[in-house]
Amino acid sequence: MNNWLKGKTAIVIGERDGVQGPSIATCLEAAGATVVYAVTECFV
Amino acid sequence: MDAENQAQVKKIAEGVDNEDGSNNIIVVLGASDIEGALISAETVTVGDPSFTGPLAGVSLRLPVYHILEPEIKQAVPEDIYQENVGIWELTVDTEEIGKEFKAIREKSSREGDCHET
Repeated sequence: MNNWLKGKTAIVIGERDGVQGPSIATCLEAAGATVVYAVTECFV
Repeated sequence: MDAENQAQVKKIAEGVDNEDGSNNIIVVLGASDIEGALISAETVTVGDPSFTGPLAGVSLRLPVYHILEPEIKQAVPEDIYQENVGIWELTVDTEEIGKEFKAIREKSSREGDCHET
């Protein structure tokens, strides 16, 4: 596993009808990144 | 990307520059339709294409990725990736997303170099 994400600061923009913010944040944090903002956008 | 999120991205990007002007910020998207994802990617690199939000005319040139592209997948522990986003790999063309986002990053990087010289 290449953890190039380690040490990165991540902004997460998820989507309600796609991959949601918290799921993305969980993945990035597991890879060593710091998530400073995570949101799930909702377009209706 | 809505105006509130554009404002947050702008604030974060402008607030964490290192002394040498670089930063470690990346933006990771999760939109399931590639067109929507590409518009959001454009917003955080060259500015809001609709010219309505806080990033209108603002070129942050942040490296932007999609959670489903292979470059991100390979960096995340396999079990956690599968548990959280694995199902989406079945519904979208991850290789295509990877190609599109890589092109955006390379284009943004090239244009940034041109402005600096």
